[in-house]
Amino acid sequence: MNAGPLLTTETKVWLRDPAAVFFALVFPVLLLVGLGLVIPDFRSPMEEPGLPWDSAPNVTIWLPTILALAVATISLTTMPVQFATFREKGVLRRLATTPMPPRNLIGAHLVINVVALLVAAAAAVVGGMTVLDIPFAVDPLVVLLCFVLATTAMFSLGLLVAARADRGSAASGIGMLIYFPSLLFSGVWVPIPVMPDWMAQMAKYTPIGAASQGMLAGWFGDDFPLTQVLVMVAWTAVLFPLGIKLFRWT
Amino acid sequence: MTATRSGAGPDDGPPVVDVRNLRKTYRVKGGPEKVAVADVSFEVRRGEIFGILGPNGAGKTTTVECLAGLRRADGGTVRLLGRDPQAAPASVREDVGIQLQEAALHDRITVGEALDVFASFYERRADPAELMDLLDLTEHRNVQFGKLSGGQKQRLSIALALVGKPQVAILDELTTGLDPAARRATWELVERVRDSGVTILLVTHFMDEAERLCDRLVVIDRGTVVAQGTPTELTDGLRRDRGVRLRFAEDTGRGRALDLLTALATRDDDVTAVVSADGEIEVTGTRKVLFAVVRELAAADVVPDDVRTVTHSLEDVFVDVTGRQYRADENDEENVA
Repeated sequence: MNAGPLLTTETKVWLRDPAAVFFALVFPVLLLVGLGLVIPDFRSPMEEPGLPWDSAPNVTIWLPTILALAVATISLTTMPVQFATFREKGVLRRLATTPMPPRNLIGAHLVINVVALLVAAAAAVVGGMTVLDIPFAVDPLVVLLCFVLATTAMFSLGLLVAARADRGSAASGIGMLIYFPSLLFSGVWVPIPVMPDWMAQMAKYTPIGAASQGMLAGWFGDDFPLTQVLVMVAWTAVLFPLGIKLFRWT
Repeated sequence: MTATRSGAGPDDGPPVVDVRNLRKTYRVKGGPEKVAVADVSFEVRRGEIFGILGPNGAGKTTTVECLAGLRRADGGTVRLLGRDPQAAPASVREDVGIQLQEAALHDRITVGEALDVFASFYERRADPAELMDLLDLTEHRNVQFGKLSGGQKQRLSIALALVGKPQVAILDELTTGLDPAARRATWELVERVRDSGVTILLVTHFMDEAERLCDRLVVIDRGTVVAQGTPTELTDGLRRDRGVRLRFAEDTGRGRALDLLTALATRDDDVTAVVSADGEIEVTGTRKVLFAVVRELAAADVVPDDVRTVTHSLEDVFVDVTGRQYRADENDEENVA
């Protein structure tokens, strides 16, 4: 069966939700560029010895965090609410009566949200580089690897949040409950390099903290973030099958 | 109403739907087992509008959900177009259109988009433009689902059930929440759909709807079939006394009539009971009760302002077979689990 029309229509409908469009697509780049421009210290050059480029602005260390935030925002606030709302409104049940299996709708939305995430991440990188003069990553492949693993781990977590919530509001509540601590570990509140050691150690074992630290290492060309990569692989390996298994279709 | 029907009528071929001894129980966590459907059997013939009538919680929706292969039955057999939807739910999807009880679309999808995307799910497709025309939705084609009125949502829901050119359409509580004019319009629409050759299984808790629309029906109560047949068969089958209701504008007239008729009841075998209710007098008796009442009142020159014979409805059938008054929402537990 051709799921093309379903994907096209769902994309159109997705783009009609102002909250999804703002938080998933615009929020990361807006936060990065906005704060970069507003807080003077963010644009002054780094003075820490040993970093590759002393002339890079301070805000550079914030970019990996913003990428992690983009992943967390879509996977924990946008997607679970959409899935739980499908369940709440009976959309999944309605589809079950047609030749189109409801899992194709979920599949279509995973695709849409991944594409939206790519757009949001690209916007943050391009926005940071052009407006704030952030230099490009030293090891882009490491950043990309960590970004992909962050996506698989966090989307699996989002799927698990959406698996059982029978209302959009419930999914939103649980999502937020995970989202805000995640932001802490991602370095939004306390930048990773100045995080107290115990917090950095804790963050390393959370999917979002590992993502943030891994991408930071890749951006600055530090040693390969092996632990962080393994942590994200492990989270994905545990959460994804669990999310699929527990997902309630009606 | 069978006389006014046009187009395709029921035929004598193999039944389109065959449900035998269907049983479905739920176990709510920690609670006792609840029997949603105890024992339900019926057949639907091609081209008819077949009703499943009963109060909320009687097991109607569970029955059609098992029939559509959306739920696993615990016992009995179901066949839809000769196929087994329990064993192979996918085998009936192309040929059965289902309108579910509740709205089931994203608030931001438009009428036109919903019809187009649902059409893309099926091999055989009705023309969405024609369907919109049939259901008076054309002028709303660019309106988002969340902004439609209850009646428009219901019409769209019916359109979506028909967009795959189904042989059988299952319509569950399709006029709930509609105003009287919209209900009548929907009824006419259902007849038009049937006339186009679609067999219709109508689930309803509205007695008048079943009486008006259904060629045949089953009455379900507490998970079992308590009556079945055509609406006329069911009401004619009542072993009931005939009734006459008399209304008087003035109390004096009513008082005299009551005295006369009460006296009449003691000596005339055709009159069995006289009761005063709601400011009216109801007299019951044999088929000759109307004549007896009129003769008696005419002789005494007591003239009622209004005389009505009491007609029997499916509601009386329900009272007769269950011994309870019909209350549509008496045990609203239809959607457990």
